[in-house]
Amino acid sequence: MNTTILLFLLQDGITNGAIYALLGLALVLVFAVTRVILIPQGEFVTYGALTYATLSAGNVPGTAKLAVAMGVVAFGLDIFVARKSLRLRGMLRALGVNIILPLVILALTMALAGRQTPIAVNIALSLVIVAAIGLLLYRIAFQPIAHTSVLVLLIASVGCHLALQGMGLVFFGAEGQRGPPISGMAFTLGQLRFTGQNIAVYTITAAFIVALWLFFGHTLYGKALRATAVNRLGARLVGIRTTLSGQLAFLLASMIGAISGILIVPITTLYYDTGFLIGLKGFIAAIIGGLVSYPLTAVAALVVGTVEAFSSFYASNYKEVIVFTLILPVLVLRSLAAPAVEEEKD
Amino acid sequence: MTQRLPVLLFALVMAVIPFIPGMPPFWLVLLDNIGLAALVAMGLVLLTGVGGLTSFGQAAFCGFGAYTTAVLTTAYGVSPWLTLPLALLVSGAAAVLLGIITVRLSGHYLPLGTIAWGIALFYLFSKLEILGRNDGISAIPPLAIGSLRMLDPGTIYFAIWFAVIVSALVTMNLLDSRTGRAIRALRRGHIAAEAFGVQTPRAKLLVFIYAAVLAGLSGWLYAHFQRAATPTPFGPQAGIEYLFIAVVGGAGYVWGAVLGAAIVVVLKEILQSYLPLVFGGQGQLEIIVFGIMLVLLLQLAPTGVWPWLMSLLPSATRRRADTGAAPLAHARPELPSGPLLQIENARKQFGGVVAVNDVSFEVRAREIVALIGPNGAGKSTTFNLITGVLTSSGGNISLLGKSIDNALPQEVVKLGVARTFQHVKLVPDMTVLENVAIGAHLRGHAGAIASMLRLDRADEAGLLAEAARQIERVGLSEHMEQLAGSLSLGQQRIVEIARALCVDPILLLLDEPAAGLRHMEKQRLAALLRQLRDGGVSVLLVEHDMGFVMDLADRVVVLDFGTRIAEGTPDKIRTNPDVIKAYLGAAT
Repeated sequence: MNTTILLFLLQDGITNGAIYALLGLALVLVFAVTRVILIPQGEFVTYGALTYATLSAGNVPGTAKLAVAMGVVAFGLDIFVARKSLRLRGMLRALGVNIILPLVILALTMALAGRQTPIAVNIALSLVIVAAIGLLLYRIAFQPIAHTSVLVLLIASVGCHLALQGMGLVFFGAEGQRGPPISGMAFTLGQLRFTGQNIAVYTITAAFIVALWLFFGHTLYGKALRATAVNRLGARLVGIRTTLSGQLAFLLASMIGAISGILIVPITTLYYDTGFLIGLKGFIAAIIGGLVSYPLTAVAALVVGTVEAFSSFYASNYKEVIVFTLILPVLVLRSLAAPAVEEEKD
Repeated sequence: MTQRLPVLLFALVMAVIPFIPGMPPFWLVLLDNIGLAALVAMGLVLLTGVGGLTSFGQAAFCGFGAYTTAVLTTAYGVSPWLTLPLALLVSGAAAVLLGIITVRLSGHYLPLGTIAWGIALFYLFSKLEILGRNDGISAIPPLAIGSLRMLDPGTIYFAIWFAVIVSALVTMNLLDSRTGRAIRALRRGHIAAEAFGVQTPRAKLLVFIYAAVLAGLSGWLYAHFQRAATPTPFGPQAGIEYLFIAVVGGAGYVWGAVLGAAIVVVLKEILQSYLPLVFGGQGQLEIIVFGIMLVLLLQLAPTGVWPWLMSLLPSATRRRADTGAAPLAHARPELPSGPLLQIENARKQFGGVVAVNDVSFEVRAREIVALIGPNGAGKSTTFNLITGVLTSSGGNISLLGKSIDNALPQEVVKLGVARTFQHVKLVPDMTVLENVAIGAHLRGHAGAIASMLRLDRADEAGLLAEAARQIERVGLSEHMEQLAGSLSLGQQRIVEIARALCVDPILLLLDEPAAGLRHMEKQRLAALLRQLRDGGVSVLLVEHDMGFVMDLADRVVVLDFGTRIAEGTPDKIRTNPDVIKAYLGAAT
């Protein structure tokens, strides 16, 4: 093997790995706060990417309408839950978050569609749309069953994945799309060519890792969020609003997913169902990190990305097989390292 | 045999259906698909609903079954009937490999692992040259008996539904047996099951293999039904769908699998044909509806449709278990004159916390010893050290002069040490009788295969008779057929004692047995323990009710902050200044 190929594969692997790291971080984040294993993370990626691509092409993405529809359902749920003690303030909050916010976003999207909007506006709009979907998804699908076991939450999570993926096909069609790059900048270092896109991927990933690590390890609010996952009742008793922390976790995760999507859609063509596989690779990293450690997850994601790059060069047919089999030795190590702990179920 | 009658009726109805005049062939195709899906879902019922292990990867095991027969029949011309055992063997062997790796993992790692291998295997199926890559393998010969070739959906129908009904019977037999009880106990955690000798990793592996073999059977039938094998039906999407079927039907019920398969297959068909008409647009709309329904179902009816349907029927009288058989033989080692259980400087540290600090005491034969102390004194931890639930950080524990330091719980119980738990660990949806029979697990010998084929009845009758005898002994005969979860907490503690007695113990460890009991019940319990002692069983108990302890115990050991602060007869302990200080605080 010559050095050029080696370096090239490494660069490719690290760029992909950085994306997987972002997703892995979001998965760890959501699991640590809500105990939900977020299979639909991949859909946030595709939604973010394809919303951005659709906006750039001057069209109104279906996701903006989805947010409005989900808002209506969430509003109904909020009212139903609070039917015994309807207070104006709570009603107004529910109305604001669930109805007005998505409607404003939709109105904005429709107003801007078809015009030459700057890339930054498109990115911001895509992020807001997907963030709203993420938040409302938690409200609708997970909040009513937040107290149940990890397994029930996981099955619900798979249900969300199916529904969102199916809707992705409706919104974006079966054809793949690409989006405009964030910056046209490029430079060469030795034999390697770096684009502005590469640099953006690296910096944003690094920034998120540091920010999440600081937030959860070193701020009171971050610790409160972690406490929610360990013991919901205890967290509520000491004054942590568990529903809010769940919504916040989903909001962050969907934004991270959308950012990853926007970062890669200029590099590779994305289809409505590409996100699932990308998200699962983030999973492998998250599992290696034991679903708790941010730095370990990031390192593992780089390994996954690199292994993928090398296997697509040397055994492209078996690329996915190799990447997904990576998880098995990790699980073996985990099972040997930590004897199974007793879980109180049901 | 009341359980069998509905099955027989169902089999008859299914046998008649193809002969109904004017039956559209398309409906038979649907029924075939329902049967195929029901087989896989039945495995999932056992795995997920009963055993508590979730798998999204069952479709891959179907793939093993289908591709095994596809390759062997097309490339090597082997008869389809010969490939059946091979297909089952291949899926079973794959399950052993994957199972050894993953079933030891707790909770959510297993389902995640199954998603990963589900995808890896799907790509493997679609890339391997020998499996025909994405195009798969076609022109698989049909099943044939003599000159009857099962070419059309109406004839292979019989093969499929024969398999479904036989599998359902075998699965029901398995659940209603010694092995079945061990499997049903898995979902509630492994500590209680292991305390009575259940090898939980082996039990998990067993259900895993069983589910995989059922999936392999479905795959084998599928290959000969479609006469082709392509990767898509064995991909991750299909794996998710099988789990969906199990959840819809009712993940804890064998017939829930069949019902769930019927609902999902028919629904899918309806959605596929009508949704595009209503909404226009592109395909896959049914996936959206499926996803939303799955989430809704978990919120509104998490136990599935089958139990709801059953609750509509007039409740059939619960089949009374036959408990008339001769009780099990009573094998007891010669009791020593010296100490039975000897604890020397036992120590347990959790990080910086010393929960048990070099504690020493002994329990002699025919003696009731009470271990008391304020909350957090290390009493339950000491129990866990003795029974092997926790590994000690130092010191020696020996039984009958034989060291049991860090022996596995399953080994400790073999020596005749049985225990109850501070937090009751019964299986709430099993009857009292079944729960207690878990205690006799090591005294039965019938294996899984014998249970499936109902060759275990003599063994089983002995176990149930023993369980019934112990329930009678603790005075709960009238609750024998009730679900354990429906009893009061105090009664559940007594059930735990009966379960421990089923071990035929020489040493009984009771963790707060009198908590939640009324005065009269406490007196009965004390009488029972005295009677046991006189019969040669030593008792070590943790208890907070001082009146109960002082009345009953021959000796009392007092712990405080992990350290033994006193030991002696109840009278001496009552007046011991250190003990009074530990309980009431210093008078200074």
